[in-house]
Amino acid sequence: METAEALVVQIQALSGSAEDVSHLHSCLKQSEELLRQPTSLAPFLDRLDPSKHSLGYLYLLEAFTSCPISKEQANELILLIVRFVNSCNAEQIRLAPDKFVSVCKRLKDQAMLLDAPIRGVSAMLTAIRKLQPSSEHLTTLHPDFLLLCILAKCYKTGLHLLEDDIFEVDLPRDLFLYCYYGAMICVGLKQFQKSLELLHNVVTSPMSNLNAIAVEAYKKYILVSLIHHGQFSTAFPKYTSNVAQRNLKNFTQPYLDLASSYSNGKISELEMFVLSNKDKFELDNNLGLVKQVVSSMYKRNIQRLTQTYLTLSLQDIANRVQLNSPKEAEMHVLKMIQDGEIYATINQKDGMVRFIEDPEQYKTCEMIEHIDSSIRRIMALSKKLTAIDECMSCDPLYLAKIGRERHKFDFDDFDNVPQKFNT
Amino acid sequence: MDNEEETPEQMMDEIYANGGGDDKRYRLVVNGEQLDVEAYAALYSGRTKIVRLLFIADHCGNPMMRSETLRMAYDEIKKREDTQLFREVVQKIDGTLGPAYGMDSAWIDSVERRAEQKKDKLENELNAYRTNLIKESIRMGFNDFGDFYYAHGALGDAFKSYIRTRDYCTTAKHIIHMCLNAILVSIEMGQFSHVTSYVSKAELTPEALEPVTVAKLRCAAGLAYLEVKKYKLAARKFLEVGPELGNNYTEVIAPQDVATYGGLCALASFDRTELKNKVIDNSNFKNFLELVPEVRELINDFYSSHYASCLDYLGNLKANLLLDIHLHDHVETLYNEIRHKALIQYTHPFVSVDLRMMANAFKTSVAGLEKELEALITNNQIQARIDSHNKILYARHADQRNVTFQRVLQTGSEFDRDVRAMLLRANIIKYDFHQKQSRKI
Repeated sequence: METAEALVVQIQALSGSAEDVSHLHSCLKQSEELLRQPTSLAPFLDRLDPSKHSLGYLYLLEAFTSCPISKEQANELILLIVRFVNSCNAEQIRLAPDKFVSVCKRLKDQAMLLDAPIRGVSAMLTAIRKLQPSSEHLTTLHPDFLLLCILAKCYKTGLHLLEDDIFEVDLPRDLFLYCYYGAMICVGLKQFQKSLELLHNVVTSPMSNLNAIAVEAYKKYILVSLIHHGQFSTAFPKYTSNVAQRNLKNFTQPYLDLASSYSNGKISELEMFVLSNKDKFELDNNLGLVKQVVSSMYKRNIQRLTQTYLTLSLQDIANRVQLNSPKEAEMHVLKMIQDGEIYATINQKDGMVRFIEDPEQYKTCEMIEHIDSSIRRIMALSKKLTAIDECMSCDPLYLAKIGRERHKFDFDDFDNVPQKFNT
Repeated sequence: MDNEEETPEQMMDEIYANGGGDDKRYRLVVNGEQLDVEAYAALYSGRTKIVRLLFIADHCGNPMMRSETLRMAYDEIKKREDTQLFREVVQKIDGTLGPAYGMDSAWIDSVERRAEQKKDKLENELNAYRTNLIKESIRMGFNDFGDFYYAHGALGDAFKSYIRTRDYCTTAKHIIHMCLNAILVSIEMGQFSHVTSYVSKAELTPEALEPVTVAKLRCAAGLAYLEVKKYKLAARKFLEVGPELGNNYTEVIAPQDVATYGGLCALASFDRTELKNKVIDNSNFKNFLELVPEVRELINDFYSSHYASCLDYLGNLKANLLLDIHLHDHVETLYNEIRHKALIQYTHPFVSVDLRMMANAFKTSVAGLEKELEALITNNQIQARIDSHNKILYARHADQRNVTFQRVLQTGSEFDRDVRAMLLRANIIKYDFHQKQSRKI
């Protein structure tokens, strides 16, 4: 008890300058043994100010929350952690990121335990912002936050985070989960393009062993690709890892069959197939997406008609797209016009639909602004690419590897590599 | 017309299924003007005559014609020494032609006995040549062996023997001879990859090439390209065949065939100017076309846009072409191609086309035409849109500026996406690399 008391005093004293804090950090590391009896720590927490003594508070809080917690306490604990996350000092907690992550993970666990995922959402977002050095860094908390968003159906909040471009990744697993959950959020918001992009990242990412996340992602990739593009190519891009290229297809046979059934363009066949494989899709929790795939086929077929026809009667549309009645066809066309998926006018008197060309003329200010922003974005990306390339060509590890390999293959080239890199 | 709606895969399946031998489906299709088998057979000589007759018997679907054809094949085989083919024919006849066309075991025995003796004799001779090490004699020995095997229907052995002469060829003439033999046997075996390689080998020795040989090689190359569905190249080869061919290559191809194959492949694959320059204005090829007036007429009709009569000619020819040993696989594909070409060409000069008039020109219904056009528009072969209400086809003029903007924006966002994905992947690789390094240390 004495030492805990002393520790608190020390924390209070050493939370000022950066030097003090780093000194405190080493003290705290040494006294971790002491923090193993978490029950006695509650009173000390009250004596510390989370905004000033963030690092110390974090250590105590982490120790305090490590013991099993009853349901009644959970409520209070959530409040405690949320308060800390909101007020803590970003610089101090970044000294002990793993402690911070573990505290936040407990927040997530408790929120899920209480069946109230929404309570963790905003605090997790704050935590992520405080933990990451820049918005380009992926933290371990990203996937957890997105999971909470999905469970709480706060898709918009989740999308907000997804709009950041991620370049720096510490753990591949974080990235996989981040992309997978992110894709689910995008699907929820019907942003299929973005969702495809995220799933694509998972499927094609370098991996030495196949993992369940990639398999599930591939399933969803097939479905979303059918919904968005109306087709699916089973060929992998050549940068895909060998493991994925070889094995993914074995685990996703029903989905590949679905894609080939889709490519025939026959609604009735597709529906039959879905019906007979309903259990498998349900088991994977993908039935909803599969249903969207089926309904997307009507859209695809109608869209195809706009390529070929100027005018077409609703009856003909119904026949060609295999809808039951002109009325139903009218509903579909109307909805697609509303969503901006086709450009057309319906003449109800004659029951004719007149398809028109895309009215976008690329002359408006908005369009020019849009183009301008795209150009600027791409310029920034190119700059980044060059910077990374330069950085890579100076990396000693990389140069050593390249030097060795050259040595192996070609003796003449070898002289160009300085001796010191050849270790 | 029904065939127009088939997807390419189905068509391929059909082609492959048909390649395997007798196919019931075609029995229904074959009708129209009866093929004059006797006149047809007179065009060919050698083994191909028999094989072609058997092919017709298998595919004609007409019992009268079948028995007549088999009878001719039987008579023809009796003149030769191929017991294997003989057994095949007898089995096919199956006693339906009376006792005169039954299994003649005495003939088989005598032929086989003679063959046995001849083989021993040839072997002895060859061994003698070999010990004497006279190149020319050894070459002749192998050549005789090849001829012997070929006559008796052992095509694989014949091919091997002919190939062996290669090491003993001393003049360019010998090489050409070897190549021609190899090509002949390969065509009989249906090994068209060999045909291509020996044609090019023969063409590499230009000093000994006579015009007749050149013509023969062109024909063989054309057949090889036809077989692998490279219709454009096949058409070019057939069009280059010189008039010297005459009746000198009847063991493989008749000059009539050159006209038919070349004409159809050219129609299916050439554009208008090429058709005019290389086919219609080709005085050389005109001689061939004169032999098959139907093909000449249909090519001229096609060029002068008389599509209805062109398609009529094609329809009449179809039954006979399906009985052709080389072309039957490709008839459907070529016909579809030609029809598509005709449709595209018809619409090309117009801003708007009345579908009723077009349907008239193609002798089809408006609804059917609409379907065909729809397929072509979907495949981006015709830039137009159909006004189904007024039954008019309007040409579509894409706005270059808008399309460019669209493409630019799309390319931009693709680049954006790809670069980001690439950077992420690079990052993970870097992570893995550092993991490995730190483990090593």
